[in-house]
Amino acid sequence: MEIVIPQLLTGLAGASSLFLIASGLTIIFGVTRIVNFSHGSLMMLGAYIGWSILTRLPRDPEWFVLGVLAAALATAAIGVVLEITVLRRVYRAPELFQLLATFGVVLVLQDVTLWLWGAVELPLPRPRWLRGFVEIAGSRLPLYDLILIGIGPLVLGLLWLALHRTRWGTLVRAATLDRGMVAALGVDQRLLFTSVFALGAGLAGLGGALSLPNSSANLGIDLSVITDAFVVVVVGGLGSLTGAFVASLLIGVLQAFGIMLLPKITLVLVFLVMAVVLVFRPNGLLGRPQAEAREAALPAPVVRAAPRELRLLGLAVLLLAAAAPFLAGDYALSVLTDACVAILFAVSLHFMMGPGGMASFGHAAWFGIGAYAAGLLLHWLGTPMPFGLLAAPLAGGLFAALFGWFVVRLSGVYLSMLTLAFAQITWAISFQWVEVTAGDNGLLGVWPPEWARSPRVYYWLALGLAAGVALLLRRVLYAPYGYALRAARDSSPRAQSIGLDVPRLRMVALVIAGASCGLGGALFSYAKGGVFPTYISIAHSVEALLMVLLGGLQTMAGPIVGALIYTGLADLLVRSTDLWRLVLGAVIVVLVIAFPEGIAGAVRRLWLRGREA
Amino acid sequence: MSTLVVQGLRKSFGGVRAVSDVSFHVAPGEMLALIGPNGAGKSTCFNMVGGQLPPDAGTVLLEGRPITGLSPRAIAHRGVGRTFQITATFGSMTVRENVQMALLAHRREIWQFWRPVAGRHADKADALLDQVGLAAQADRATSVLAYGDLKRLELAIALGNGPRLLLMDEPTAGMAPAERVALMQLTRRLATERGMAVLFTEHDMDVVFDVSDRILVLNRGQLMAEGNGASIRANPAVREVYLGSGATSGGH
Ligand SMILES: Nc1ncnc2c1ncn2[C@@H]1O[C@H](COP(=O)(O)OP(=O)(O)OP(=O)(O)O)[C@@H](O)[C@H]1O
Ligand SMILES: [Mg+2]
Repeated sequence: MEIVIPQLLTGLAGASSLFLIASGLTIIFGVTRIVNFSHGSLMMLGAYIGWSILTRLPRDPEWFVLGVLAAALATAAIGVVLEITVLRRVYRAPELFQLLATFGVVLVLQDVTLWLWGAVELPLPRPRWLRGFVEIAGSRLPLYDLILIGIGPLVLGLLWLALHRTRWGTLVRAATLDRGMVAALGVDQRLLFTSVFALGAGLAGLGGALSLPNSSANLGIDLSVITDAFVVVVVGGLGSLTGAFVASLLIGVLQAFGIMLLPKITLVLVFLVMAVVLVFRPNGLLGRPQAEAREAALPAPVVRAAPRELRLLGLAVLLLAAAAPFLAGDYALSVLTDACVAILFAVSLHFMMGPGGMASFGHAAWFGIGAYAAGLLLHWLGTPMPFGLLAAPLAGGLFAALFGWFVVRLSGVYLSMLTLAFAQITWAISFQWVEVTAGDNGLLGVWPPEWARSPRVYYWLALGLAAGVALLLRRVLYAPYGYALRAARDSSPRAQSIGLDVPRLRMVALVIAGASCGLGGALFSYAKGGVFPTYISIAHSVEALLMVLLGGLQTMAGPIVGALIYTGLADLLVRSTDLWRLVLGAVIVVLVIAFPEGIAGAVRRLWLRGREA
Repeated sequence: MSTLVVQGLRKSFGGVRAVSDVSFHVAPGEMLALIGPNGAGKSTCFNMVGGQLPPDAGTVLLEGRPITGLSPRAIAHRGVGRTFQITATFGSMTVRENVQMALLAHRREIWQFWRPVAGRHADKADALLDQVGLAAQADRATSVLAYGDLKRLELAIALGNGPRLLLMDEPTAGMAPAERVALMQLTRRLATERGMAVLFTEHDMDVVFDVSDRILVLNRGQLMAEGNGASIRANPAVREVYLGSGATSGGH
């Protein structure tokens, strides 16, 4: 008992913080249908702004409250600016492009924050009243935790009042149910969206400022918070405020007890909960079924074989690539090898995401599984590279099949979130199972054998595998299976009624994608001489998405173009500026606004202008 | 033997009885019209026969064998083709490729990973497109077709698996009156030639009386009348339902 109650209260305090961030995310999603990746960044800004304000104010409780509110307001104002400059321009873009744009914002805000406040984490010196304790059931509980516990229900109550007792709230609820309705009511949608975004941002800022006494303002907040918030929102049901509250409690408490009982698997636990909930309730605890993804509503352009000229261009590029070792130095070759890996990474994601219609937010999982398969075999059994390169796709495909069992029944954002959860579980295992994976230190000494060690030979190997797999996947997509996969994406009812097995088609697509991506992971490991948990990070998964979406979903060449541009851009930026995230983020945002169909898609459209009747 | 026998079919959504205790049969070569006002439960009947919805009770027999509650896929493989009230086609493919997909699926050639689709069963696909009057548009993108043409394409796709039973949920919605008659007369001819049973629903009464062999009237989930054109036209209860809802012809 002595341990249970404090632990429970810690859990409840954590739940309140989770709810502050998740409530804003879910309200924004409900009204605008945008999954706001930058919501964690807003919380981070709230923490930094809160720190700057609170450290300048007197240290009495009333000033603390004022400071926190000021930080929330400032964050809300930043939210307004963001909505007007970026989000407003992408409301009509496909769901994934919106996500991409908000991820661009994440990158920009990371560098802005770094530039303004520096890299050192900033703890808030705690005045005496904040360090107080309260005696409950024989144990001393931090006063501040109790305050936090009260804030969650308080905010829920205020939001409920705002949503049910004001005209604005009626509009928000109407928009959450049916977007068309608001337009029909003749309401100024822009104002509604901006105000909703401001509210969400304000809540995130509030959460950030309130997190200060228990932790600090630091640059890791954005991504760590956004994954927790995603989990809460998805478990609760997208768009459902009460659902978010229930899910925050569930996850906050589970986390608190998980740390006590099973410290080794805390990272995994949260995502396991999400996976289990989604298997039994595919729309979350209190969510309604999602309307069909809007992408399906947009007419997908007809996929036709590339025109002859473009295919010749492709061949020329391939020949040039094969001749590169005679033209380029070792550094350039290593970048080109990375590009080959990136191509595998991107074409495999494109396969399941474009024709398969399953957007993955955790594509790095297969990459990591392939990498660890090769690395572990070499490390523990001394298996040489050729077998490693064979084992990696097998492992990737096998795990994709296991995972596919959960996933193929879901759709849209829920599917994306479960893929994210799976990747986080994989990451957590690689990170926490130190005895086998060496944890954070990674598996070292994963080098290719003597014959393949020169950059030239290794580059040729990588090029051969990447080009081979890309051509193979292309071939498959033009064969009956690939058409059937696309048919299932275009119209699942129609596909079934002509006798296609939609779940199985998707399952096989996952396996093919997992295997190809696993090969990429192994190839990358031998090139770098090691395998690390960072291969499975969210940022890495997002890179795959970036490549595919930049290149464009609707063309077969898209992911390749995207991979090349992304690798080139990233290399150039990292070498030429310290603010590479800022530049990259801004480029992403601009590209999404300018080319909602991707670069290759835009080129193709210009090329075919007037030819498509 | 009847191609399709439906006995005691029932379905509720929440508390709403969408279909209660519906029984009927369709003979080979016969065209049976299922009519009724909006919300009568017609699409729900189609979806239970086609496997899109599992019935709460009742049985569906196809050529004497039960298909109740089977998946749409299994039912398709047993020789049932269908069109949807809201057209469902493959938007990222050309018109011809849509039909090719149906042909490949019917021949169980889907699980092939190497030989391209291009040109496969193209003659057969073009013949089907010719029948429904879409030959000239075979190479166009499906997404640019007019709504009436999409309906025609759905018919060609549904015919792709050589069905012995064809389910058509409002096949002519969105077409001009003359086109409707032409399409349904084509269906009539195919039904007779192939001995294919057709179950269809249609809001245009002229079309219904013109092509159907027999008519079923559904109202609020229940069968209220059955008979040929003349007897349905003369039925006072049917007139009541239709005059009451204001739809005598042309649909909504
Ligand atoms: N998936 C569903 N969930 C809940 N109710 C449904 C569902 N599908 C149909 N219904 C209800 O069942 C009843 C019958 O609907 P159905 O679509 O079968 O009618 P219909 O005769 O095809 O009408 P229409 O002429 O408008 O196409 C209606 O009251 C409808 O609201
Ligand atoms: Mg209907």
